[in-house]
Amino acid sequence: MSTLHTVNKSAYERNALKSCLDHALPGDAILLIEDGVYAARKGGSIAPALTAAKGNFKIYALGPDLAARGVVAGQVLEGIETVDYAGFVGLAADATRVCAWL
Amino acid sequence: MFEFGSPREGLVHSTSEVALRFSIQINEGPYTHQASDTAYQFTKAALEKGHEIFRVFFYHDGVNNGTRYTVPPQDDRNLQKLWTELAEKHKLDLVVCIAAAQRRGILDANEAKRQGKDGDNIAPGFRISGLGQLIEAGIQADRLIVFGD
Repeated sequence: MSTLHTVNKSAYERNALKSCLDHALPGDAILLIEDGVYAARKGGSIAPALTAAKGNFKIYALGPDLAARGVVAGQVLEGIETVDYAGFVGLAADATRVCAWL
Repeated sequence: MFEFGSPREGLVHSTSEVALRFSIQINEGPYTHQASDTAYQFTKAALEKGHEIFRVFFYHDGVNNGTRYTVPPQDDRNLQKLWTELAEKHKLDLVVCIAAAQRRGILDANEAKRQGKDGDNIAPGFRISGLGQLIEAGIQADRLIVFGD
């Protein structure tokens, strides 16, 4: 019984990621997509919150969206796994439900 | 009735994943942010993995994906065409919310006649129906994935 949370807006524009981190339950997965992937970048002001959350959740970022925004592999925070669209489908299948933080 | 997460006959199993039935909800048009693009890529990837797409429901500004009158530049992606082609290939059920469509001028032949308009613009592969179709999509699918603004 776990939830996949998708966050598609930049953490520097809206507080969707913060709300998600506050509401997700231990064992849930969080997938950053679209502008949401900016949060996965090292050195950002949201990075400490994501690093602290890593113990409770598995955190993923959508690779094609990172690439589209010029975030290269070396700039992604340690412990955030990059997935492609097939990986997104796999995460949705593995979870019991999917919650979009729009 | 089926059990949630139960394997379905006739569907290809890939890796450790059980073939599931997905429904997709899209709340955003092709030129707002990226929701329709992401939904399209997700749907394509799900079909490639052997999953079933029960329905794609276009809601709010998402109904703007369903007009055949958009003429984007030739080197630009044309989401309406992509959805229409994907629907043809995989016999997808693309449903446009009627109330959202009427507000935004998306009409099929019946609606155009009923509203006294001089033409319709619904794209091939799309159909106009009500919110009940979204509720059913949520009930019948193992997962409802929402893409939006």
